Amino acid sequence: MAVVEVRGLTKRFDGTGAAAVDGIDIASRDGEFLVLLGPSGCGKTTLLRMIGGLEPPTAGDILIGGRVVTDLPPRARQIAMVFQSYALYPHMSVKDNIAFPLKAANMPKAAQQERIAWAAGILGIDHLLGRKPRQLSGGQRQRVALARALVREPNVFLLDEPLSNLDAQRRASARDELQQFQRRVATTTIYVTHDQVEAMGMGDRIAVMEQGHIRQLGPPQEIYDEPADTFVATFVGSPPMNLVPDPAAGDLLGFRPEHFQPAAADGVNGAARFPFHVHRMEYLGAERLLYGEVGEAKVIARFPVTVPIPVEPGATAEFAVPLRHLKRFDAKTGLRRPARSVS
Amino acid sequence: MAAPVYQAPPMPTDAEIARDVRREKRGRIGGRGALYLAATAFALFAALPFAWMLLTVFKQNSDLYDPNLNPFLYNDPPTLQNIGYLFAQTEYATFIRNTLLVAVLVVVITLLAAVPAAYSLTRLAGRWGESLGIAIFLVYLVPPTLLFIPLSRVVADLGLRNSVWSLVVVYPSFTIPFCTWLLMGFFKSIPWDIEEQAMIDGYSRIGAIWRTVLPISIPGLLTVVVFSFALTMHEFVYALAFVTSSAQKTVSIGVTTELIRGDVYFWQSLMAAAALVAIPIALLYNAFLDRFIAGFTMGAVKG
Repeated sequence: MAVVEVRGLTKRFDGTGAAAVDGIDIASRDGEFLVLLGPSGCGKTTLLRMIGGLEPPTAGDILIGGRVVTDLPPRARQIAMVFQSYALYPHMSVKDNIAFPLKAANMPKAAQQERIAWAAGILGIDHLLGRKPRQLSGGQRQRVALARALVREPNVFLLDEPLSNLDAQRRASARDELQQFQRRVATTTIYVTHDQVEAMGMGDRIAVMEQGHIRQLGPPQEIYDEPADTFVATFVGSPPMNLVPDPAAGDLLGFRPEHFQPAAADGVNGAARFPFHVHRMEYLGAERLLYGEVGEAKVIARFPVTVPIPVEPGATAEFAVPLRHLKRFDAKTGLRRPARSVS
Repeated sequence: MAAPVYQAPPMPTDAEIARDVRREKRGRIGGRGALYLAATAFALFAALPFAWMLLTVFKQNSDLYDPNLNPFLYNDPPTLQNIGYLFAQTEYATFIRNTLLVAVLVVVITLLAAVPAAYSLTRLAGRWGESLGIAIFLVYLVPPTLLFIPLSRVVADLGLRNSVWSLVVVYPSFTIPFCTWLLMGFFKSIPWDIEEQAMIDGYSRIGAIWRTVLPISIPGLLTVVVFSFALTMHEFVYALAFVTSSAQKTVSIGVTTELIRGDVYFWQSLMAAAALVAIPIALLYNAFLDRFIAGFTMGAVKG
């Protein structure tokens, strides 16, 4: 168990061009499930690979458990990593796969057996030990990869989109298992994903990354409710936060689709009102989405099926957002402005 | 012009369906039959020289050279004399020893050079690796019948003229390029993740290669071994050009120079010499046939 910290970490490929990771400072907490979330190409995997020692940084330092490991090879870092592909050794049985890091550490045979049984037990793969990786399903492969990561009790788990090879149904249960597993072993975990559902559902904290920078670091609820800038606001949440220009202040007003509701007839105070021109309704089972415009800006409103929709596509209606759900962003920098009243 | 009206074809009757099924089955049986016939013909064609060789080994002169006798039968009782002659009157045992020495050393040298070369070209040389690999492969295409002229100078400068060691030096010049290219195809098909995982799991890069890349590439390595070994066994031009004394000859030139004297061919002993070498190699090939084919097709598709 250990804290992972990076200081001013930078990576440039080929020595030229934009930095894939641009001077990042971030520190995990001990035993934390920290998610690096961002679109593809934002540098999240590069950051993870640098922490793992697979990619030498251009500048900056990496500390694991207070020790500078920047120039140490992966094997000297006491970490475990699960790749997107799981990277099981195809020529070895499941048992040998799990034993591999133990053999590398020259653990005595008897102790190895004990550890393998322990890890296999935690992940429920005792019955698969004799199989070869090609005889396993996607979910089983993932568990074997986790068992192999777990078996030598590393300081840190590094997980690189470990769920992206599973089908949608299996992914939901795998999310649950993975989180329970992490809680149980309480090992600091850094988890890379582009899937906000995974990030929101599993992370103790989320670091939202874009173009080599961390845009915001915080618990899921804070990321969702109080986005630090327009990138975070529109990247997290599905559908994303609506952004509407405020002509009076020259700012952007942001609000979540679920907070954009028909204005009460009597005009309650404490809500910002917008004329909403509806184009289209999308029926999604548990909820419906209304697509339309406020002025020039495209806006989405979300309704649970239990709520009747008072407006037809093609019509314009008065919609409102409670002021406490209205976020204000600088139109130029995209950064969040401190809250102030809107009339 | 009236548009053609689409008419659905009439539904087939049960009898028609049954007839079609019969036809299909007959067609399939016919196809299979033709396939086996062709395969048998090819097998006979390929086996005939081998059978002829084995047949000839045990024939007496009086049997072999009488055109009135049926050449496919033993008209005189079979004899082991020819094999005896091979070992008693020629230095066949020495030839075999030389050949094995050269073959084993060439295989070892080829592996030692081609494995690191192929690995670094696929993993470390970046985008130039592929082109370099092809360039190296092209070297293999220069025919030995041209190369032996400059190489004879090299051999002379090394002081290896008329020595079996000249072949140990020369043969890798064509086994290494081909095998490097072959192994590149293998290494390319192994995901980086697996090596990186091994490095995370506690090994150095060399350790990771040793424990993951090489075991996964065993079909490729076997192909390299068999290919280099067989090529060395049957190579003729260099052996003829660089080695003249009997004690230094390999099988391929030894028997042809010692058992063809002027226009006199010692057919039975020649055949015996060939058979004694060919049979073990054939068995070796067969033992690894599947992997061998996998090796070549993998190289072909992915290289």
